[in-house]
Amino acid sequence: MKPAEQQKFRVPGRGSRIGTKSIGFTFDGKSYEGLEGDTLASALLANGVHLMGRSFKYHRPRGVLAAGVEEPNALMQISRDAARTTPNVRASVQEIYDGLSAESQNRFPTLNFDVGAVNNLLSPFFAAGFYYKTFKWPAAAWDKIYEPFIRRAAGLGQSPTEEDPDRYSNRFAHCDVLIIGGGAAGLMAAKLAAKKKQNVILCDENPQFGGWLLSDTDISVDGQTGPEWAAGVTAELAAMDNVRLLNRTTGIGYFQQNMLVLNERITEHQSRLEPGEARERMWQVRADKVIIAQGAIERHMVFPDNDRPGIMQASAAQSFLNKYGVAVGSQVAVYTACDTAYAAAFDLAEEGVEIPIIVEHRTDIADELVAQANELGVRVITGAVVEGTGGKLRINSITFAKQNGNDRETIDVDALITSAGWTPSLHLYSQSRGKPAWDEDTQRFLPGVSPQNNVSIGACNGTDELADIFAEAAKAVGARAGKHMIKDDVSTAGGLIGATGNAADKGKAFVDFQNDVTAKDISLAVREGMHSIEHVKRYTTNGMATDQGKLSNMHGLAIASKMLKKPIPSVGLTTFRPPYTPTTFGSFVGHSRGKLFDPTRKTPVHDWAVEQGAEFEPVSHWQRAWYFPRSGEDMHQAVDRECQTVRQVAGVFDASTLGKIEVVGPDAAAFMNIIYTNGWDKLKPGRAKYGIMCREDGFIYDDGVVGKLSNNRFHVTTTTGGAPRVLNHMEDYLQTEFPEMKVWLTSTSEQWATIAVQGPKAREIIEPLVSGADISNEKFPHMSVVECQVCGVPARLFRISFTGELGFEINVPADYGRSVWEAVWERTEPMGACAYGTEAMHVMRAEKGYIIVGQDTDGTVTPYDAGLSWAIAKAKPDFVGKRGLQRPDLLADGRRQLVGLATKDPKKVLEEGAQIVADPNQPIPMKMIGFVTSSYWSGTLGKSIAMALVEDGNNLKGKSLYVPMVDEVIEVEVTGTIFYDAKGERLHG
Amino acid sequence: MRNFNALNLAREALRGHKGWGQQWRNPEPKKSYDVIIVGAGGHGLGTAYYLAKEHGIKNIAVLEKGWLGGGNTGRNTTIIRSNYLYDESAGLYNHAVKLWETLSQELNYNVMFSQRGVMMLAHNVHDVQSAQRHIHANRLNGVDNEWLTPQQAKDYCPPLNISRDARYPVMGAALQRRGGVARHDAVAWGYARQASAMGVDIIQNCEVTGINRAPGGEVTGVETTKGTIGAKQVGVVAAGHTSVLMEMAGVQMPLESYPLQALVSEPVKPVFPCVVMSNAVHAYISQSDKGELVIGAGTDSYLSYSQTGSMHILQHTLDAIVELYPMFNRMKMLRTWGGIVDVTPDRSPILSKTPVKGLYVNCGWGTGGFKATPGSANVFAHTIARDEPHKINAGFNLDRFRNGRLIDEAAAAAVAH
Amino acid sequence: MLLIHCPYCKQDRPELEFANAGESHIIRPKDMSDMSNAEFEKMFFIRDNPKGVSLERWRHIHGCGRFFNALRHTVSDKFLKVYKAGEPRPSESEIAELMK
Repeated sequence: MKPAEQQKFRVPGRGSRIGTKSIGFTFDGKSYEGLEGDTLASALLANGVHLMGRSFKYHRPRGVLAAGVEEPNALMQISRDAARTTPNVRASVQEIYDGLSAESQNRFPTLNFDVGAVNNLLSPFFAAGFYYKTFKWPAAAWDKIYEPFIRRAAGLGQSPTEEDPDRYSNRFAHCDVLIIGGGAAGLMAAKLAAKKKQNVILCDENPQFGGWLLSDTDISVDGQTGPEWAAGVTAELAAMDNVRLLNRTTGIGYFQQNMLVLNERITEHQSRLEPGEARERMWQVRADKVIIAQGAIERHMVFPDNDRPGIMQASAAQSFLNKYGVAVGSQVAVYTACDTAYAAAFDLAEEGVEIPIIVEHRTDIADELVAQANELGVRVITGAVVEGTGGKLRINSITFAKQNGNDRETIDVDALITSAGWTPSLHLYSQSRGKPAWDEDTQRFLPGVSPQNNVSIGACNGTDELADIFAEAAKAVGARAGKHMIKDDVSTAGGLIGATGNAADKGKAFVDFQNDVTAKDISLAVREGMHSIEHVKRYTTNGMATDQGKLSNMHGLAIASKMLKKPIPSVGLTTFRPPYTPTTFGSFVGHSRGKLFDPTRKTPVHDWAVEQGAEFEPVSHWQRAWYFPRSGEDMHQAVDRECQTVRQVAGVFDASTLGKIEVVGPDAAAFMNIIYTNGWDKLKPGRAKYGIMCREDGFIYDDGVVGKLSNNRFHVTTTTGGAPRVLNHMEDYLQTEFPEMKVWLTSTSEQWATIAVQGPKAREIIEPLVSGADISNEKFPHMSVVECQVCGVPARLFRISFTGELGFEINVPADYGRSVWEAVWERTEPMGACAYGTEAMHVMRAEKGYIIVGQDTDGTVTPYDAGLSWAIAKAKPDFVGKRGLQRPDLLADGRRQLVGLATKDPKKVLEEGAQIVADPNQPIPMKMIGFVTSSYWSGTLGKSIAMALVEDGNNLKGKSLYVPMVDEVIEVEVTGTIFYDAKGERLHG
Repeated sequence: MRNFNALNLAREALRGHKGWGQQWRNPEPKKSYDVIIVGAGGHGLGTAYYLAKEHGIKNIAVLEKGWLGGGNTGRNTTIIRSNYLYDESAGLYNHAVKLWETLSQELNYNVMFSQRGVMMLAHNVHDVQSAQRHIHANRLNGVDNEWLTPQQAKDYCPPLNISRDARYPVMGAALQRRGGVARHDAVAWGYARQASAMGVDIIQNCEVTGINRAPGGEVTGVETTKGTIGAKQVGVVAAGHTSVLMEMAGVQMPLESYPLQALVSEPVKPVFPCVVMSNAVHAYISQSDKGELVIGAGTDSYLSYSQTGSMHILQHTLDAIVELYPMFNRMKMLRTWGGIVDVTPDRSPILSKTPVKGLYVNCGWGTGGFKATPGSANVFAHTIARDEPHKINAGFNLDRFRNGRLIDEAAAAAVAH
Repeated sequence: MLLIHCPYCKQDRPELEFANAGESHIIRPKDMSDMSNAEFEKMFFIRDNPKGVSLERWRHIHGCGRFFNALRHTVSDKFLKVYKAGEPRPSESEIAELMK
């Protein structure tokens, strides 16, 4: 097939951005051809296709209404492959490429025949807010029957169902001037700012800069046509080092302190994707000054049946003709209240398109317009309204009459273009927290005072004449506009907001096309008491569609205002919120996917553990070796073996994730006295101590062993997850409460690799590796610390135990972690000792009754509750939490206290988190007196062990309590928390 | 007031819906009322409704500085659940869920309560322990909550990524089947309509600028932008603005107000059948009846009354959503917005009498107040009418910050180790 | 994202480098043993939470690490002043002046 035959609405010689190369694409499976530079909408129109979608609620057939981002109707599913499918793409924005595949949406089975259109017949029932009034009976039926039906009928396109294979990128930038919008205003501002050597970023959502200049053949600047002038300035800017031009880039959000977010679309217009090329890029730009040149959006006329395919904005028709070389019909009527529609009509007429009538809503219009129309043989009827339209899948007639109902006439048309005037785009100005100001003369909101360093210029500031726009652009950048020969004859006079004729009462006069909100719906909402524009919006869904009210908001507001007999500003304006146009999640996410979603911290020994086949568990940002299964072992068996090996021989454990903080300075001990509940004055250098810290409210915040290396140096350890907040907590007190203290805090968590060697043979394993210290039991008893060498590497060696066995923790600089580990391992393995993971560590510490902060405590537990009253130095004048601990409820009887539990059946292992009751036979809700915090099978003891927080637990030792499960009640006896080696002899071995 | 039902709707359909009256009156304020509620959100309007309906107090005004339902009621992601840990919380939220289940019939207004299930994901051993603790406690409190394996979670929510290689792999989930979502505006409108019909004056665009007290200290009324209005009792139900209002009566509050953002995607056909929350990666998502993915973000770190938040919070939220549901990466954000949430030190609300006689406060709901709306309103009405708390809200008093008897859901759920 | 001036680094840096640290100028008494429960409540729980100028602390946590004080308007989110920890609380008249 020849494109010429297919594209029968193509107008040769027109089309400022159209090329000559033919591009093939499909729509609903049918092949079409368009030209390079076409949007999907212009290419379909060139082929005479107007029906492009179905509306949301009534499934009414719809054509394209606009030529830009405000398009509410022509939304399509664009797919490159199964994973690269995108719903709700505006055909008026999507550029075609070879092989593009578009499907219409929200219809079944086909766009031409959609069974959902039955909703249109039922539409009297489906007026605004209908669902609030019904579907309530029977009570259970809403989410079982009605809602699934409504959900299926709603929605537009289809979500992708596969992971997005495309890349997205993110960039930050700073500039002197950021200009949003590259029409006449933005281009001139950029040119003048760039000349002043300012650092400029200019972005525009379209492929080409020029804005409306590309659509208007009646403008010339310095003897050039609009498109020529725009291309010239663009080329000039592109050649400058201090200018960054971003086309296909939308300013989507305006945040605090002049930070704007721009979304750049890089590949969406390309037929082929280069490997690794980002699909979109998100720019976060901090600008000294922002120039908003977003332009204005034309409103449609609100009259009955104003939504048939073939009805569109006059400016859209003009753009399709002058940008894309496409006539939107062959018999195109006009319905307008604004002068700009005449230019569209005249341009079409010049190309031989029949303009059977211009229905002018105003009674008085400029004589020149009428004269010019007459010259072209176009009839104008003033003071008139369009009362209705005919046609099913395409408009085929209009009926119009004088506003008083006289001179009614119906004529055949195949398109109708309308204009109700222009709405300045205040989106970014408003997002910058500016308050739009109502201009009574021109009946529009304009930017008011700027709360940030920004200025609005051009059509978004209500400035329409090119000469004025240039002057405004110059002023915005503090430059002179210079002299330009400007021809800009098009008047923008006129405009109308609200419904025409009696459309607010009768018929379906659409205000919001996509959401099927009619003028009548707005009236109904007001009648039902929705007097705030926000209520009207929410009740009718006006302005809530994917165009976010770019076309509908002002009309809705005007209709409501008229019914309420209140001036428009007092009815209010709904808030503009980011993003300006719908924006891909992926472009916000950028690279933060998969492994880069969040950093993973790994210890120096991590890879060794991987090689040994360890299973890992995530703990805060860390991956920790959980257990080391041998072939055929499940988790339970592996953990059992690891525990018993440690108890009988020895084991090595990677404790590197523990937080470590170096506390140094002459006041170090005094500072430790403030931060910890314990006393630190009497601790001798070379000794270590278990410390507890509270928040000011008296609840346990963190814990860990602290080694005193000298009188002014402490090696503090924290929980794995707690390290950052503990350091912050310490810094807070040091910097703001005790700034006079001479103390310095340094995080050393990642500087030290920590290798725990635990078990009866621990000393035997490490002794040959240690030099510079006597680690005999006498010289290096339990809770000691010494600086020495291990494998010749400078080390801090602790004698401590979290297993209850003889134990050491070797701290070596992280870079040596793996080699020292392997040296230890070389001695460990032949002795029959093993490596063990966090699970075995948990079991062994529980056998000894050592708590884990965050598991056996939960932020409501005091040191007293946890059985750690011995760790509180009550005589200290001050420590963080001292006063908090004195509060009445923290001293009250009956607090939950940490105890041990022995199940009556020793084989029975309780579930962690299981709740404890005194009386298992009470009805629900039961009085729960505690819960299981830790519970394990102890292979060493051949029975289950558990710890629990139980009300008044310390006084319940020996008593029976109950743990009601789904299918049984487990009886337990309250015990102490130490299940193994109660005297602690093994520690001292 | 015309009954909302299918028959009347059909009748009205035939005559262009001309017969529906105003859903609520828009009266000017009277000189005085028995009770003034400050704040016409769901909690405030509901309080007025239950005062009138259950306690026979009809001379009530609800004062609203903007438009009714315009605060957090109309800005939240509408998640409803009651699987809280502490007895007090379980009692309060479960009371609410029970009321939700019949609220559409009670109000003759379809609030579209959809019990499609709320699933809370566990991503590490600590999450699993915490979830199990909740499930066990909920069972003994009569609150439904069940444990799902990763595969069961995926069966319940097919878009969920349960790959073990995920940065935060799903280790299971707690599911409350009775949880779900509702239509937020309808809750405010439904309460407003019924309250108004019982004589409650809902006065919009009426900002309270002062709280008047007698020499003896008790409340006598309020100053407003529409003049002085007398009242024997005043209930402040003003969410993010509570501190500002209570200061007018000389009561300082343990509250901080933060920006909280939410966003929706463009609408698509049904793809996400339930509500899923992940506290570990901060991702809260459901799909509205319109087809939009409704996504809750986290709060900003600083106090703000601006109803706007920062870009990096949105980014982080979408990072988390895409991590859990990689197929949504190509979906598009349609709109984002912000609310002001009032947060207490223990993350539990305050429903309480105050040191000022005749002054009551309902606040501190943080990011999760919507779910409690009917329950909160119901027991707060009781507190005002009887001048003593209902047993359900007795623990949610102001005194707890003095005596230390906190209801610390956050501490109990989220301490990492 | 806020742009915050660190009074130690003397630079405007993005909010991502900072952590908000709550209300400023809350006095922690040197001797807390005499504090009543009400005083403790006030110190630890009660917050001004102003709709207006917030006196607050920030920490340049991913920068110099220092805590400092700021005056920020909670409706516009604009910073009016930043100053080092330990410097006195600005007077009401100074705050009023900054508001202009």
